[in-house]
Amino acid sequence: MTIELAHPSARLLSVGDSAWTVEFGNGIDPAIHGRVLGFSSLLDTLSSDGRLDGVVEWVPTFRSVTVHFDPLRTDAMALHDLLAELAGRSGSVSAAGSRWHIPVCFDAACAPDLDDVAAAKGLARDEVVRLMTETVFTVYMLGFLPGFPYLGGLPEALDMPRLASPRKVVPSRSIAIAGRMCAAYPWESPGGWRLMGRTPVRLFDAANARRPALLAPGDQVVWEAIDLDAFDALERDCAAGRFDLSSLLKEGEAA
Amino acid sequence: MSTVVEIIDAGLAVSVQDRGRTGYRNIGVPVSGALDPVLMAAANALAGNASEAAVLEVGLSGPSLKALSGTVRVGLSGEMGAQLVNTRGQVLNVAPWHTATLFPGDVIRVGGVSHGVGYVALSGGVQVAEQLGSRSTYLRAAIGGVQGRAPRVGDRLQCDAVRGDPWLEFRARAPWHHDTGPIRVILGPQEDHFTPDALASFLSKPYAVTRDMDRMGLRLDGEKLVHNDKGAEIVSDGVAPGTIQVPANGQPIVLMADCQTSGGYPKIATVIRADLPRLAHVRPGDELRFVAVSHAEAAAALREQVQRLAEWVGMIQSFRPPGVIDEAALYGANLICGAVRGDEWNLHGVNLQYGAHHV
Repeated sequence: MTIELAHPSARLLSVGDSAWTVEFGNGIDPAIHGRVLGFSSLLDTLSSDGRLDGVVEWVPTFRSVTVHFDPLRTDAMALHDLLAELAGRSGSVSAAGSRWHIPVCFDAACAPDLDDVAAAKGLARDEVVRLMTETVFTVYMLGFLPGFPYLGGLPEALDMPRLASPRKVVPSRSIAIAGRMCAAYPWESPGGWRLMGRTPVRLFDAANARRPALLAPGDQVVWEAIDLDAFDALERDCAAGRFDLSSLLKEGEAA
Repeated sequence: MSTVVEIIDAGLAVSVQDRGRTGYRNIGVPVSGALDPVLMAAANALAGNASEAAVLEVGLSGPSLKALSGTVRVGLSGEMGAQLVNTRGQVLNVAPWHTATLFPGDVIRVGGVSHGVGYVALSGGVQVAEQLGSRSTYLRAAIGGVQGRAPRVGDRLQCDAVRGDPWLEFRARAPWHHDTGPIRVILGPQEDHFTPDALASFLSKPYAVTRDMDRMGLRLDGEKLVHNDKGAEIVSDGVAPGTIQVPANGQPIVLMADCQTSGGYPKIATVIRADLPRLAHVRPGDELRFVAVSHAEAAAALREQVQRLAEWVGMIQSFRPPGVIDEAALYGANLICGAVRGDEWNLHGVNLQYGAHHV
C-alpha cells in the first residue's frame, strides 16, 4: 500500500437530503480511483471506531464515493464539512486487494461475440483469448446489478463500442467488454456489452452474508481459459456447492 | 405465539417489504423496501407492530389470506379495503385504515388499491427469512421476500398471534394525507450539466407522469431539459431513491426504491425523503411540479412528518365491530375507546414516546 498526500481538493455534491457524493475527478483513471479507495478505507477505519454517527453506508465508484446518511441522526451540513476535511487528508491507496484467478470458457458456445470482435480488430481468435487472459484487470466498482463488477485494464486492441442493439437476455456469468472496460454479469439480464466468455463461478450469493459478492473494489482479476468440458464440470460443482471460492486466490497473492 | 396464514390468492403486484436493505449498496444491491414507508408504518401501527415490521405491499390488487392457526390481526393502510369471510360464512366489510382479526379458518380478501400502493400488516410482521439484513423483496436478483419472489397461492407466512383482546379492532381517526404542493427537491449532483433554461423549466413547468413506472423508476414527460456542453453522459456515480436522472432525450426519470446504486446520466436533482412517499401514489397523467429547497428545509420537513405520523398513530382508536356487539355489551365497555397505541414508536429509526392512554 502506498500513501500519497497533498491532493487537489475534492468536490462535494448533494444527492438529496440523505447523501453526499465526494468526487475526486471526472474520468476513469487509476490515480482518481486510488483516491476513491483511500477515502473509502479512511471511512472504514472511522466507522469501525464509531466516529461516523448517522452514516449508513458508502458506495465507491470510478471517481467518487457516495456517502448515504440518516438526516434525522446527523446534520447534513456538519457531515458535509467533516467529509470535505477527510477528503483532503485521506490519501491514495494504489495497492490492490485480493488477486482472483477465475476460470472462463472462451468456446464459441460461451462467447457469442468473440469471433466478431476478432474480425473487427483484425486479430486471430487465439490472439483475442491471449489478450483477455494476459491482462490483470482491476475492479473499479460494483453496480448496475448486485455483484456486477466494472473491470479496468482492457487492452486498447480490444476497444469496441457497445452493441448497437442490446441483447434482451445475457446469460448469467457472461464475461463482456465495452470500450476499455470488462465486466461479468452475475445474473441473467438485458445487456449491450459484447460477450467474450463465461465463467462457471458464481459472482454473487445472497446466502453468503459475509461476502455476498465475490469481487470488491480494488481487487484484481485474471481470467484463466478453460475448455467446455471443464466449464460444464465446474458449473455442476458450483451449483452443488462443491466449489471452494478461496481456491481462486493463488498462494501468496492475497493482499 | 406463532401463527400461520396461507395465501389463497396472490393478488397483483404484491411483495414483502420492510424498511429496505442497507449496507450492501457498495456491491450493487439496491435498497428496495416500502415505496411509502409512512403508510407501511401506519399499517403496522394499526396491527400493533413496530413501524418497520415487514408488510405486504400492494401495487394493484390485494391478496386473500386464510388464518390457519392462531388469531391474526390484519391492518390496512392506503385506499384499499377488504372483506372478511368468517367460518360461519358471514361476510364483513373491512374499511380502509381499519384492522380485522382473523380466527383460524377465517379468510380476508384484500381489495384493489385505487391508486398508488397500500399495505397489509400482519400482527408480529411477515416473518419470512431475512436476507442481507432485510426481508424486502428485490425480484431481479431473487433476494428477500418469499424465497426471493412474490407470494404465491399456497405459500404459508408466519406471523404472531394477537396479544390481548382478539375481539377488539382498531381504526385511524382519519386517513393519512401526504403533503400537497410541489415536490421538494435538492438540486444536484449534476445540475451543472443543464442550461439555465432547463433548470428554470424543471423548477417551473409541469412534468406529467407517464405509464412507464415501476418500483425502479418513474418516467416523466414535459418541457425538454437540455444538457449544456458538458453533455448527457457522465462517468457513473452514486444515486439514491428520489434521484432525478435526465438522459439525452431530456425527459426526467425519478428513481424509486429498487433503483440501481449508480448511474451514468446527469442527475438534475433529488427528491427529499419527506416527499418521496408521495411519488408512490401518482397516476399516469398526473402533473408534478418541483421546487428546490435547502438541506435545513428538507430535514425540517422530515422531522415534521415523523411528528405528524406520531400524532396520527396516537389517535388510532379501538372499537368493537358490529359482529361482536353483544360480546361488547357483556364487557360493559364503551364501544369507542380512546387512543390505544402507547407503545414506543419509531419511523426512520427515530423513537418517539407517546402518552396515549391504554384501554
